[in-house]
Amino acid sequence: MYPFEQYHSKALCQALVDQIHLMADRPLRFMEVCGGHTMAVRKYGIPSLLPDSIMLLSGPGCPVCVTSSLFIDQAIHLAAYDRMTICTFGDLLRVQGTNGSLEKAKTEGKDIRVVLSGLDALEIARQQPEKKIVLLGIGFETTAPTTAATILTARKEKISNFFVLSAHKLMPPAMEAIISEGIPINGYICPGHVTTITGIAMYKKIVENFGIGCVVSGFEPLDLLQTILMLVRQVKANQPKVEIQYSRAVKPEGNPKAMAIIEEVFETVDEWWRGLGILKASGLKPRDSFQDFDASEVFSLPVYEISEPEACICGDILKGLKKPQDCMLYGKNCTPDNPVGACMVSSEGSCQTHYNYAGIN
Amino acid sequence: MLSHGSGGSMMHNLIKDLFFNYFNNPLLNLANDSAIFPSFKGLTAFTTDSFVVDPIFFPGGDIGKLAVCGTINDLVAVGAQPYCLSAGFIIEEGFPLNDLETIVSSMATEAAKAGIFIVTGDTKVVEKGKCDKLFINTSGIGVLPGDKTRQPNPESIGAGDQIIITGCIGDHGMAVMAARNHLEGTINIQSDCAPLNLLLHGITENPGGIKCMRDPTRGGVASSLCELVKDKEFGITIHEDRIPVKPAVKGFCDMLGFDPLYVANEGKMLIFANKEKSEDIVARLKSHPLGREACCIGEVNRENHGKVVMKTAIGGTRVVGMLSGDQLPRIC
Amino acid sequence: MCLSIPAKIISIEGENALVSISGMRMNASLSLLSNAKPGDFVLIHSGFSIEIIDREEAEKTLEIVRHIRPIK
Repeated sequence: MYPFEQYHSKALCQALVDQIHLMADRPLRFMEVCGGHTMAVRKYGIPSLLPDSIMLLSGPGCPVCVTSSLFIDQAIHLAAYDRMTICTFGDLLRVQGTNGSLEKAKTEGKDIRVVLSGLDALEIARQQPEKKIVLLGIGFETTAPTTAATILTARKEKISNFFVLSAHKLMPPAMEAIISEGIPINGYICPGHVTTITGIAMYKKIVENFGIGCVVSGFEPLDLLQTILMLVRQVKANQPKVEIQYSRAVKPEGNPKAMAIIEEVFETVDEWWRGLGILKASGLKPRDSFQDFDASEVFSLPVYEISEPEACICGDILKGLKKPQDCMLYGKNCTPDNPVGACMVSSEGSCQTHYNYAGIN
Repeated sequence: MLSHGSGGSMMHNLIKDLFFNYFNNPLLNLANDSAIFPSFKGLTAFTTDSFVVDPIFFPGGDIGKLAVCGTINDLVAVGAQPYCLSAGFIIEEGFPLNDLETIVSSMATEAAKAGIFIVTGDTKVVEKGKCDKLFINTSGIGVLPGDKTRQPNPESIGAGDQIIITGCIGDHGMAVMAARNHLEGTINIQSDCAPLNLLLHGITENPGGIKCMRDPTRGGVASSLCELVKDKEFGITIHEDRIPVKPAVKGFCDMLGFDPLYVANEGKMLIFANKEKSEDIVARLKSHPLGREACCIGEVNRENHGKVVMKTAIGGTRVVGMLSGDQLPRIC
Repeated sequence: MCLSIPAKIISIEGENALVSISGMRMNASLSLLSNAKPGDFVLIHSGFSIEIIDREEAEKTLEIVRHIRPIK
């Protein structure tokens, strides 16, 4: 029996909606920084239930969207090596590099496989010792410990044909970059599963330095509505603070074991984000002691200066400054079939989510 | 193992024997270059489809079963009674003969179940790499009973019509997905692949009132509805809480980040029906084993021209859009 | 970001758990948790259990919402 059905209860959700309508007496802009939230908000039709005065903005929380074309080019470059298998999560398959996507490289005969877990990639390495297996590590603090734990297992079992090309990123630098640019928001809907790992300490700075409330939210409709209500209350009381709505899965201290594993395997590096540019200490790369598993150390890879596609306003969309419909490419030159910018590539990206789930109004 | 080229002629005979043995019927057994049969009174339906599913074996079926049911269901969707099929095979050299026999046998079983003959066929064995294991094309001929005015016709859809689905959605796509990820042992999902003439036979006459049918295969229920409503003077509303999805299918979809509304079905039909007749149709569908979970999931209305709108379970609304390409498992 | 779903632990062997998601059974690593036990609900992300779901907290959250005064 699935014990969380009540989080979809129409009656309970409606009670929250009524309360939000009653409380919301001024224009408010809340940003969800997690692509999973963006998707859930659209899927459940939450914007259609909110008063017009509340606007939800989609932030930079889709790791695929913020990944550079350089990373894709490097992965495709690796795929051309002899006896090489590239393992990727499905999310990355259609992201465009300079010359096409991994999906295109796959149709051209490169051995590119979609896996559901880093452990699946490790299993391929175990079974095919004559091949080299590279796992494309993407995602934020939620996924990074799974990659780190996979590397630790590979080391323990002395598996020497398993490598990781890491594009793992950290959430707080991006959240700070957005508010320090002065983008007007009244509250953050904070990423539930990232916070499951990190805990809430990182949000204190945002509340103290910028006076913006942070509520850590779950992903069911009741979670999101309750989070919005909590943020509205904070604004009305003029008391921005860190609150956990998703208390069944998020402890204030996070998951210390997972954090320790990230710390053991990875070090932070400066990383380029689409739309945000280079952010200090925002990326994760295997430490020197794990360089035998670091594809960027073991293989020679192309490197070049990264630039944004012309006319694409993904950057402004990721920052919440503009909406997908504001882009002259949206729905014309840039569609899910033929994405120009990263926000259209991922099914979680603001543009594709908007394209697929757009409200009626 | 099948081989290609001059040494393959013996193999070719082997395959031929296999087909005659399993598909065994008077029209095929004449072994003419074409099957010959009398023409029908009234209207004839003719359709074709190619099958390239990977993997070729999946829980609840295989590429052969799919090739027979898929084409039968295309005939059923226009209100035709399937009569006969052709089957063309493109086989990669090295393909195991016993796998081929399994597939041919399951085609024969499905055809017999559906009461139709496979009357003509062709086989090509191609070099390794020129195709992926096995591709099958089937074409089908069906008979449309009665006069033209009683056939389903999308042009007759209008506001007030009810939208019926004949059972739980997403079974086939998720069964294939399970097989593709080697999870078929752990996940209890079977493809719904089935010949729907068994379920829908006679239903256009009794109780009648069917305006249009679509089999929501690739792209699922959402894509079928979106295609149908595009550029039309009406809109469609569907109700999330009425759409039947098996718990295992929903769970697997949640895990991969899929929306079952876009997952393929191979044994379900979407039916647009007169409001007055819809309850009778659902009752009749429910009385058949292939239609136990049949229900009405939405209706046609005058709002939101050209759009499919979902009433979500919590009371919200959103547009159901077209999806480009297949859904990919995601972690994010 | 970070698709993660609840699953129930059926049994544990070393660092691996057999879990059930809506009746579907699969393996999930427990290497990121220290004290999960059979019967617990855990959040699964890309083949790993990332946290134990606190059933009491889950109920508390619902209780708060149930106590929102209905609006006439």
